[in-house]
Amino acid sequence: MGFISQHPVLVASIIKIAVLLFIVMTALAYLTWMERKIIAHIQSRWGPYYVGAHGLLQPLADGLKFLFKEDITPPVADRLVYTLAPFLALSVGLTAIALIPFGPPDVLIPVLRQQAWSVTDINIGLLMVFAITAIGVYGVALAGWSSNSKYPLMGGLRSSAQMISYEVSLTMSVVGVVLVAGSFNFNEIIQHQKGAFWHWNILGLQHGAFPQIIGFLCYLTAAIAETNRIPFDLPEAETELVAGFHTEYSSFKFAMFFMAEYANMITVSCLATILFFGGWLSPLPESWHWQIFLPGAGLVLLGIYCAYDTLTEMRGIARLQLAVVTALALGGGLLCLIPPVASVIQGPFWFTTKILVILFFYIWLRGTLPRFRYDQLMSFGWKLLLPVSLANLVITAFVMIWPWLRHG
Amino acid sequence: MSLAFILFAFCALLAVGGAVALILAREPIHSALALILVMVALAVLYLLLGAPFVAAVQIIVYAGAIMVLFVFVIMLLNMGVEEHTDFSKIAKFAGVPLALVLMLWVGHWLAHTPAAAAVGTSANIEPSSTEELSKKLFQQFLFPFEATSVLILIALLGALVLARKEE
Repeated sequence: MGFISQHPVLVASIIKIAVLLFIVMTALAYLTWMERKIIAHIQSRWGPYYVGAHGLLQPLADGLKFLFKEDITPPVADRLVYTLAPFLALSVGLTAIALIPFGPPDVLIPVLRQQAWSVTDINIGLLMVFAITAIGVYGVALAGWSSNSKYPLMGGLRSSAQMISYEVSLTMSVVGVVLVAGSFNFNEIIQHQKGAFWHWNILGLQHGAFPQIIGFLCYLTAAIAETNRIPFDLPEAETELVAGFHTEYSSFKFAMFFMAEYANMITVSCLATILFFGGWLSPLPESWHWQIFLPGAGLVLLGIYCAYDTLTEMRGIARLQLAVVTALALGGGLLCLIPPVASVIQGPFWFTTKILVILFFYIWLRGTLPRFRYDQLMSFGWKLLLPVSLANLVITAFVMIWPWLRHG
Repeated sequence: MSLAFILFAFCALLAVGGAVALILAREPIHSALALILVMVALAVLYLLLGAPFVAAVQIIVYAGAIMVLFVFVIMLLNMGVEEHTDFSKIAKFAGVPLALVLMLWVGHWLAHTPAAAAVGTSANIEPSSTEELSKKLFQQFLFPFEATSVLILIALLGALVLARKEE
């Protein structure tokens, strides 16, 4: 007891990191399921269906498969860097998530009296996330180089060139938000958007704000390029480079690159939510008090749908599995309808919902757009995206120093 | 021993070790990696000194942009393994002793400067806010700041002129 009361920050941080790591790892696994399901439905297929009801146990099966495959290191590879690269990619991807606030700072852990919904709340959170994600490119570039093989090298080269080109636009596009909010701190940026959805930075219809919709579009484009996703997935373009930078990787090292990509997707979605969509704030006006029951109601509805599906569609073991999901959703939903619980989980509920919407958009893009050609990628980044994001920054700066240009 | 001191000692050792590895590594990519390690360790030292903004910018600019460019060029040119030459005679007989003398001199000076000796021993250095820093930069030191940016622009143009092909 003495140790816990003496070092509340340390104990709380360790607990929060462990919980967050578990949640993020699970989320990464189920993001692959979500992606395969959505892509399949876009292409009129079923997607994973046989391992668990609706393929819900597919991520587990994939994980086990990756663990038990043979781990091959090419004899000509640079052993040290070859091993370092996937660890670097994944650890950097996971570290950035530790800076994200998932709920309001006034919700505290009972005994320790520390913020419950964020691992750490620092003054320059935004800059730190950029600093951490900036290291992420080495994972890809070094993987490409250390494999000592021609296709990975091309992938590594492409990724470093692409990262340098789009990182500038990425940083410039969010400076507008920083100017409006006057802070690098995530919670302050979020609290500045208080009100309802029209107060969010993307619309900015409140006193002393300026709409950042152009900033958001630039951010989104640059973020997709930074995470190497379609239409910017040239570092791993399978039609040109076999599998790009991770051609030579197998077993769990390959899985680590995969997880790192999804972790980066989550990070940039979190950032987009915080900077442009009000973070953990509810989209509804604060005076509508009934909104605290929305999370519970949503889960109960999901439970009812699962129950219907269990009874009508499923047979045998799948019916049992889906019954467990139904029970979890209904039980969780009823728990979330109790007012004290409901008010505590408001922040994370809205935050998660917004992230899921952005992730869905990501996957939707993958099902829709073809890949850029390399010269198109470069000229788009430097000749269109950078000037537009710079213009957005300059206009926002002028509006902020001349108040009569502002709304309200 | 405070947590700050342990962190300081660890990162200082990491920075020095990285710098030594940078010189001794035979593979150019390994040298570049060691340099990235030095920069990240330095960023942590800046954090300990109460300069979080400088720490973040150090990583974003140096480790995140400049070193990516280094690695890109090394990969693009596909440089082979470096060949170590023997020490030149001047380095052996004048350089190494002089470097040792300089190190001892700086160490002696540091040990006798109260402010420098306190580095890493105090856990509660007040972190400077970004707002204060920017006020200093854009009001008190506006001219040097802008002059530096013009200087960098000139360097950029110079590089362009040198790299341009004759038509």
